[in-house]
Amino acid sequence: MSAIEPTPAATSVPGIEGARIGVITFPGTLDDRDAARAVRLAGAEAVSLWHADASLQDVDAVVLPGGFSYGDYLRAGAISRFAPAMAAVVDAANGGMPVLGICNGFQVLTEAHLLPGSMVKNDHLHFVCREQSLIVENARTAWTNEFRRGQQIKIPLKNQDGQFVADERTLDELEGEGRVVFRYDGWNPNGSRRDIAGITNDRGNVVGLMPHPEHAVERGFGPASAEGPRAGVDGLTFFTSVLSSLVHA
Amino acid sequence: MGRVVVEVMPKPEILDPQGKAVVGALPRLGFTQFSGVRQGKRFELEVDGEVTPEILAAAQEAAATLLSNPVIEDVVSVTEATEDADVAGEASGAPVSA
Repeated sequence: MSAIEPTPAATSVPGIEGARIGVITFPGTLDDRDAARAVRLAGAEAVSLWHADASLQDVDAVVLPGGFSYGDYLRAGAISRFAPAMAAVVDAANGGMPVLGICNGFQVLTEAHLLPGSMVKNDHLHFVCREQSLIVENARTAWTNEFRRGQQIKIPLKNQDGQFVADERTLDELEGEGRVVFRYDGWNPNGSRRDIAGITNDRGNVVGLMPHPEHAVERGFGPASAEGPRAGVDGLTFFTSVLSSLVHA
Repeated sequence: MGRVVVEVMPKPEILDPQGKAVVGALPRLGFTQFSGVRQGKRFELEVDGEVTPEILAAAQEAAATLLSNPVIEDVVSVTEATEDADVAGEASGAPVSA
Protein backbone atom coordinates (compact mmCIF):
# COMPACT_ATOMS: atom_id res chain seq x y z
CA MET A 1 0.00 0.00 0.00
CA SER A 2 1.42 3.34 -0.98
CA ALA A 3 1.89 6.11 1.56
CA ILE A 4 -0.70 8.83 1.43
CA GLU A 5 0.49 12.24 0.42
CA PRO A 6 -0.85 15.00 2.67
CA THR A 7 -3.04 17.60 0.98
CA PRO A 8 -1.16 20.83 0.40
CA ALA A 9 -2.57 23.36 2.86
CA ALA A 10 -4.43 26.44 1.69
CA THR A 11 -4.99 25.67 -1.97
CA SER A 12 -5.15 29.01 -3.66
CA VAL A 13 -8.50 29.78 -5.24
CA PRO A 14 -8.58 33.18 -6.93
CA GLY A 15 -10.83 35.75 -5.36
CA ILE A 16 -11.47 34.04 -2.06
CA GLU A 17 -8.55 35.40 -0.10
CA GLY A 18 -10.01 37.23 2.82
CA ALA A 19 -13.24 35.20 3.01
CA ARG A 20 -14.04 34.73 6.70
CA ILE A 21 -16.12 31.79 7.87
CA GLY A 22 -17.35 31.65 11.46
CA VAL A 23 -17.56 28.44 13.48
CA ILE A 24 -19.81 28.66 16.54
CA THR A 25 -18.89 26.84 19.75
CA PHE A 26 -21.70 25.95 22.15
CA PRO A 27 -21.15 24.25 25.52
CA GLY A 28 -20.77 20.60 24.50
CA THR A 29 -19.76 21.23 20.87
CA LEU A 30 -17.15 18.69 19.78
CA ASP A 31 -16.25 19.30 16.16
CA ASP A 32 -15.59 23.05 16.08
CA ARG A 33 -11.83 22.61 15.65
CA ASP A 34 -12.29 20.15 12.79
CA ALA A 35 -14.74 22.54 11.12
CA ALA A 36 -12.28 25.44 11.49
CA ARG A 37 -9.54 23.27 10.05
CA ALA A 38 -11.75 22.37 7.07
CA VAL A 39 -12.38 26.08 6.47
CA ARG A 40 -8.63 26.76 6.48
CA LEU A 41 -7.86 23.82 4.17
CA ALA A 42 -10.41 25.22 1.72
CA GLY A 43 -8.45 28.47 1.72
CA ALA A 44 -10.50 30.78 3.93
CA GLU A 45 -9.98 32.29 7.36
CA ALA A 46 -11.76 30.48 10.20
CA VAL A 47 -13.26 32.75 12.85
CA SER A 48 -14.12 31.22 16.23
CA LEU A 49 -17.50 32.44 17.49
CA TRP A 50 -18.86 31.90 21.01
CA HIS A 51 -22.50 31.01 21.58
CA ALA A 52 -22.99 33.68 24.25
CA ASP A 53 -21.71 36.45 21.96
CA ALA A 54 -24.47 38.13 19.96
CA SER A 55 -21.98 39.36 17.33
CA LEU A 56 -20.98 37.29 14.32
CA GLN A 57 -17.92 39.53 13.80
CA ASP A 58 -18.83 40.32 10.19
CA VAL A 59 -18.14 36.81 8.91
CA ASP A 60 -19.22 35.86 5.38
CA ALA A 61 -20.69 32.47 6.34
CA VAL A 62 -21.30 30.41 9.47
CA VAL A 63 -20.84 26.74 10.37
CA LEU A 64 -22.75 25.20 13.28
CA PRO A 65 -20.57 22.17 14.09
CA GLY A 66 -21.43 18.79 15.54
CA GLY A 67 -21.34 17.59 19.11
CA PHE A 68 -23.74 17.34 22.02
CA SER A 69 -24.53 20.93 22.90
CA TYR A 70 -26.02 21.10 26.41
CA GLY A 71 -25.68 17.31 26.57
CA ASP A 72 -28.69 16.95 24.21
CA TYR A 73 -30.79 17.73 27.30
CA LEU A 74 -34.48 18.37 26.62
CA ARG A 75 -34.04 17.68 22.86
CA ALA A 76 -30.92 17.78 20.70
CA GLY A 77 -30.25 21.43 19.83
CA ALA A 78 -33.25 22.73 21.81
CA ILE A 79 -31.34 24.85 24.33
CA SER A 80 -28.61 26.06 21.95
CA ARG A 81 -31.28 27.46 19.68
CA PHE A 82 -31.87 30.23 22.24
CA ALA A 83 -28.18 31.24 22.51
CA PRO A 84 -27.47 34.93 21.75
CA ALA A 85 -25.37 33.95 18.72
CA MET A 86 -28.36 32.11 17.23
CA ALA A 87 -30.51 35.25 17.06
CA ALA A 88 -27.75 36.75 14.90
CA VAL A 89 -27.53 33.56 12.80
CA VAL A 90 -31.29 33.57 12.15
CA ASP A 91 -31.15 37.24 11.04
CA ALA A 92 -28.10 36.66 8.84
CA ALA A 93 -29.57 33.48 7.32
CA ASN A 94 -32.79 35.30 6.48
CA GLY A 95 -30.62 37.94 4.81
CA GLY A 96 -29.02 35.28 2.60
CA MET A 97 -25.77 34.48 4.44
CA PRO A 98 -24.62 30.88 3.90
CA VAL A 99 -25.16 28.74 7.02
CA LEU A 100 -24.15 25.07 7.34
CA GLY A 101 -25.41 22.91 10.20
CA ILE A 102 -23.59 19.62 10.70
CA CYS A 103 -25.15 16.90 12.89
CA ASN A 104 -25.92 18.72 16.15
CA GLY A 105 -25.72 21.94 14.13
CA PHE A 106 -28.47 20.57 11.84
CA GLN A 107 -30.55 19.82 14.94
CA VAL A 108 -30.03 23.41 16.13
CA LEU A 109 -31.15 24.73 12.71
CA THR A 110 -34.40 22.73 12.87
CA GLU A 111 -35.06 23.86 16.44
CA ALA A 112 -34.45 27.46 15.28
CA HIS A 113 -36.98 26.89 12.44
CA LEU A 114 -34.41 27.77 9.78
CA LEU A 115 -34.99 24.28 8.37
CA PRO A 116 -38.16 22.15 8.63
CA GLY A 117 -38.54 18.80 10.37
CA SER A 118 -36.71 17.45 13.38
CA MET A 119 -34.42 14.65 14.47
CA VAL A 120 -35.41 11.87 16.87
CA LYS A 121 -33.52 8.87 18.21
CA ASN A 122 -32.18 6.42 15.61
CA ASP A 123 -34.81 3.77 14.83
CA HIS A 124 -32.48 0.96 15.97
CA LEU A 125 -31.66 2.87 19.21
CA HIS A 126 -27.90 2.49 18.78
CA PHE A 127 -25.25 5.13 18.29
CA VAL A 128 -23.99 4.75 14.74
CA CYS A 129 -20.48 5.60 13.49
CA ARG A 130 -19.48 4.71 9.94
CA GLU A 131 -18.20 5.92 6.61
CA GLN A 132 -21.47 6.80 4.92
CA SER A 133 -22.21 6.90 1.24
CA LEU A 134 -24.52 9.73 0.13
CA ILE A 135 -26.10 10.84 -3.14
CA VAL A 136 -26.00 14.58 -3.88
CA GLU A 137 -29.58 15.49 -4.87
CA ASN A 138 -29.16 19.26 -5.11
CA ALA A 139 -25.91 20.78 -6.41
CA ARG A 140 -27.21 24.35 -6.49
CA THR A 141 -26.98 25.31 -2.82
CA ALA A 142 -24.34 27.61 -1.34
CA TRP A 143 -22.62 24.56 0.15
CA THR A 144 -22.93 22.02 -2.70
CA ASN A 145 -22.42 23.96 -5.96
CA GLU A 146 -19.12 22.23 -6.73
CA PHE A 147 -20.70 18.77 -6.62
CA ARG A 148 -22.80 17.48 -9.50
CA ARG A 149 -26.33 16.22 -9.10
CA GLY A 150 -26.41 12.45 -8.65
CA GLN A 151 -22.78 12.34 -7.48
CA GLN A 152 -21.97 9.69 -4.89
CA ILE A 153 -19.80 10.92 -2.01
CA LYS A 154 -18.54 9.33 1.20
CA ILE A 155 -18.12 11.14 4.52
CA PRO A 156 -18.26 9.99 8.17
CA LEU A 157 -21.57 9.71 10.02
CA LYS A 158 -21.83 9.49 13.82
CA ASN A 159 -25.01 10.09 15.75
CA GLN A 160 -27.56 8.92 18.27
CA ASP A 161 -30.49 11.19 17.38
CA GLY A 162 -30.14 11.17 13.62
CA GLN A 163 -33.56 10.04 12.41
CA PHE A 164 -34.96 12.88 10.29
CA VAL A 165 -38.72 13.17 10.67
CA ALA A 166 -41.34 15.56 9.28
CA ASP A 167 -45.01 15.22 8.37
CA GLU A 168 -45.89 13.90 4.90
CA ARG A 169 -46.90 17.34 3.60
CA THR A 170 -43.52 18.83 4.60
CA LEU A 171 -41.68 15.87 3.05
CA ASP A 172 -43.65 16.27 -0.20
CA GLU A 173 -42.80 20.00 -0.23
CA LEU A 174 -39.11 19.30 0.31
CA GLU A 175 -39.11 16.78 -2.54
CA GLY A 176 -41.22 18.95 -4.84
CA GLU A 177 -39.06 22.02 -4.35
CA GLY A 178 -35.79 20.14 -4.77
CA ARG A 179 -34.79 20.89 -1.19
CA VAL A 180 -33.55 17.40 -0.36
CA VAL A 181 -29.79 17.97 -0.71
CA PHE A 182 -28.43 14.55 0.32
CA ARG A 183 -29.92 11.07 0.53
CA TYR A 184 -28.39 8.06 2.26
CA ASP A 185 -27.02 5.63 -0.28
CA GLY A 186 -27.02 1.86 0.18
CA TRP A 187 -28.25 1.76 3.77
CA ASN A 188 -30.40 4.16 5.77
CA PRO A 189 -28.40 4.31 9.02
CA ASN A 190 -31.02 5.85 11.33
CA GLY A 191 -34.52 5.40 9.88
CA SER A 192 -34.69 8.90 8.38
CA ARG A 193 -37.85 9.55 6.37
CA ARG A 194 -37.31 8.94 2.65
CA ASP A 195 -33.57 8.32 3.29
CA ILE A 196 -33.05 12.07 3.76
CA ALA A 197 -29.57 12.95 5.07
CA GLY A 198 -29.60 16.70 4.43
CA ILE A 199 -31.95 19.50 3.35
CA THR A 200 -31.88 23.19 2.45
CA ASN A 201 -34.14 26.22 2.78
CA ASP A 202 -35.98 27.67 -0.23
CA ARG A 203 -33.16 30.11 -0.92
CA GLY A 204 -30.43 27.46 -0.83
CA ASN A 205 -28.18 29.38 1.57
CA VAL A 206 -28.99 27.30 4.68
CA VAL A 207 -28.02 23.62 4.54
CA GLY A 208 -28.23 21.04 7.32
CA LEU A 209 -27.07 17.41 7.26
CA MET A 210 -26.35 14.66 9.77
CA PRO A 211 -23.08 13.29 8.30
CA HIS A 212 -19.78 15.14 8.84
CA PRO A 213 -18.04 16.76 5.84
CA GLU A 214 -15.43 18.37 8.13
CA HIS A 215 -13.97 14.92 8.87
CA ALA A 216 -13.23 14.23 5.19
CA VAL A 217 -11.05 17.14 4.11
CA GLU A 218 -7.49 15.91 4.21
CA ARG A 219 -5.75 12.90 2.67
CA GLY A 220 -4.61 10.52 5.38
CA PHE A 221 -7.42 11.44 7.77
CA GLY A 222 -10.62 10.84 5.78
CA PRO A 223 -12.75 7.83 4.85
CA ALA A 224 -11.55 5.15 2.45
CA SER A 225 -11.80 6.13 -1.18
CA ALA A 226 -10.75 4.81 -4.59
CA GLU A 227 -7.46 6.60 -3.97
CA GLY A 228 -6.71 4.46 -0.95
CA PRO A 229 -7.48 4.04 2.75
CA ARG A 230 -8.30 7.28 4.60
CA ALA A 231 -7.82 9.22 1.38
CA GLY A 232 -11.39 10.52 0.99
CA VAL A 233 -11.72 14.31 0.83
CA ASP A 234 -15.32 14.65 -0.40
CA GLY A 235 -16.09 16.90 2.56
CA LEU A 236 -13.72 19.60 1.34
CA THR A 237 -16.10 20.36 -1.55
CA PHE A 238 -18.68 21.76 0.93
CA PHE A 239 -16.19 24.40 1.97
CA THR A 240 -14.84 25.20 -1.50
CA SER A 241 -18.47 25.42 -2.70
CA VAL A 242 -19.33 28.11 -0.18
CA LEU A 243 -16.22 30.06 -1.15
CA SER A 244 -17.21 29.99 -4.80
CA SER A 245 -20.76 31.02 -3.89
CA LEU A 246 -19.30 33.97 -1.96
CA VAL A 247 -17.18 34.96 -4.95
CA HIS A 248 -20.18 34.81 -7.29
CA ALA A 249 -22.60 36.45 -4.84
CA MET B 1 -44.94 27.48 46.87
CA GLY B 2 -46.88 26.65 43.73
CA ARG B 3 -46.18 24.15 41.04
CA VAL B 4 -47.26 23.76 37.43
CA VAL B 5 -47.06 20.37 35.75
CA VAL B 6 -46.45 20.20 32.00
CA GLU B 7 -46.78 16.91 30.16
CA VAL B 8 -45.35 16.40 26.68
CA MET B 9 -45.79 13.31 24.49
CA PRO B 10 -44.35 12.30 21.12
CA LYS B 11 -46.92 12.84 18.35
CA PRO B 12 -48.92 9.69 17.59
CA GLU B 13 -47.60 9.53 14.01
CA ILE B 14 -43.96 9.75 15.14
CA LEU B 15 -42.37 6.39 15.82
CA ASP B 16 -41.24 6.43 19.46
CA PRO B 17 -38.05 4.33 19.53
CA GLN B 18 -37.70 4.58 23.32
CA GLY B 19 -41.25 3.37 23.90
CA LYS B 20 -40.61 0.56 21.45
CA ALA B 21 -37.54 -0.54 23.42
CA VAL B 22 -39.49 -0.47 26.67
CA VAL B 23 -42.37 -2.53 25.28
CA GLY B 24 -39.80 -5.04 24.08
CA ALA B 25 -38.32 -5.34 27.59
CA LEU B 26 -41.59 -5.74 29.50
CA PRO B 27 -42.35 -9.37 28.49
CA ARG B 28 -38.88 -10.40 29.64
CA LEU B 29 -40.03 -9.49 33.17
CA GLY B 30 -43.30 -11.36 32.76
CA PHE B 31 -45.41 -8.29 31.90
CA THR B 32 -47.14 -9.74 28.86
CA GLN B 33 -50.30 -7.62 29.24
CA PHE B 34 -48.94 -4.50 27.53
CA SER B 35 -48.99 -4.30 23.75
CA GLY B 36 -47.58 -0.79 23.40
CA VAL B 37 -45.60 1.86 25.29
CA ARG B 38 -45.11 5.50 24.43
CA GLN B 39 -42.63 7.50 26.47
CA GLY B 40 -43.17 11.19 27.13
CA LYS B 41 -41.85 13.92 29.41
CA ARG B 42 -43.19 15.53 32.55
CA PHE B 43 -41.94 18.93 33.75
CA GLU B 44 -42.64 20.37 37.21
CA LEU B 45 -42.26 24.16 37.17
CA GLU B 46 -41.97 25.73 40.62
CA VAL B 47 -42.99 29.29 41.51
CA ASP B 48 -42.45 31.15 44.77
CA GLY B 49 -46.04 32.34 45.14
CA GLU B 50 -49.48 31.19 44.03
CA VAL B 51 -50.11 29.77 40.59
CA THR B 52 -52.05 32.67 39.07
CA PRO B 53 -53.76 32.60 35.65
CA GLU B 54 -50.79 34.68 34.40
CA ILE B 55 -48.34 32.04 35.65
CA LEU B 56 -50.37 29.32 33.95
CA ALA B 57 -50.39 31.32 30.72
CA ALA B 58 -46.61 31.77 30.94
CA ALA B 59 -46.21 28.02 31.56
CA GLN B 60 -48.32 27.32 28.48
CA GLU B 61 -46.09 29.60 26.42
CA ALA B 62 -42.94 27.98 27.81
CA ALA B 63 -44.43 24.56 27.03
CA ALA B 64 -45.08 25.55 23.42
CA THR B 65 -41.72 27.27 22.78
CA LEU B 66 -39.03 25.48 24.78
CA LEU B 67 -40.43 22.41 26.54
CA SER B 68 -41.84 20.86 23.37
CA ASN B 69 -41.08 20.84 19.65
CA PRO B 70 -44.38 20.97 17.74
CA VAL B 71 -42.85 19.03 14.84
CA ILE B 72 -42.47 15.87 16.91
CA GLU B 73 -44.33 16.45 20.19
CA ASP B 74 -47.70 17.52 21.63
CA VAL B 75 -48.19 19.40 24.88
CA VAL B 76 -50.75 17.11 26.51
CA SER B 77 -51.50 19.18 29.60
CA VAL B 78 -50.46 22.27 31.56
CA THR B 79 -52.04 22.11 35.03
CA GLU B 80 -51.56 23.49 38.51
CA ALA B 81 -50.48 20.95 41.08
CA THR B 82 -52.44 21.46 44.29
CA GLU B 83 -50.32 22.04 47.35
CA ASP B 84 -50.99 19.03 49.54
CA ALA B 85 -51.57 16.44 46.88
CA ASP B 86 -48.81 14.15 45.80
CA VAL B 87 -47.78 15.72 42.53
CA ALA B 88 -47.13 12.41 40.85
CA GLY B 89 -50.64 11.21 41.75
CA GLU B 90 -52.35 14.20 40.16
CA ALA B 91 -52.58 12.93 36.62
CA SER B 92 -54.67 9.89 37.51
CA GLY B 93 -56.57 11.71 40.28
CA ALA B 94 -55.60 8.98 42.71
CA PRO B 95 -52.74 9.35 45.18
CA VAL B 96 -49.88 6.95 44.69
CA SER B 97 -48.94 4.88 47.72
CA ALA B 98 -47.24 6.86 50.46
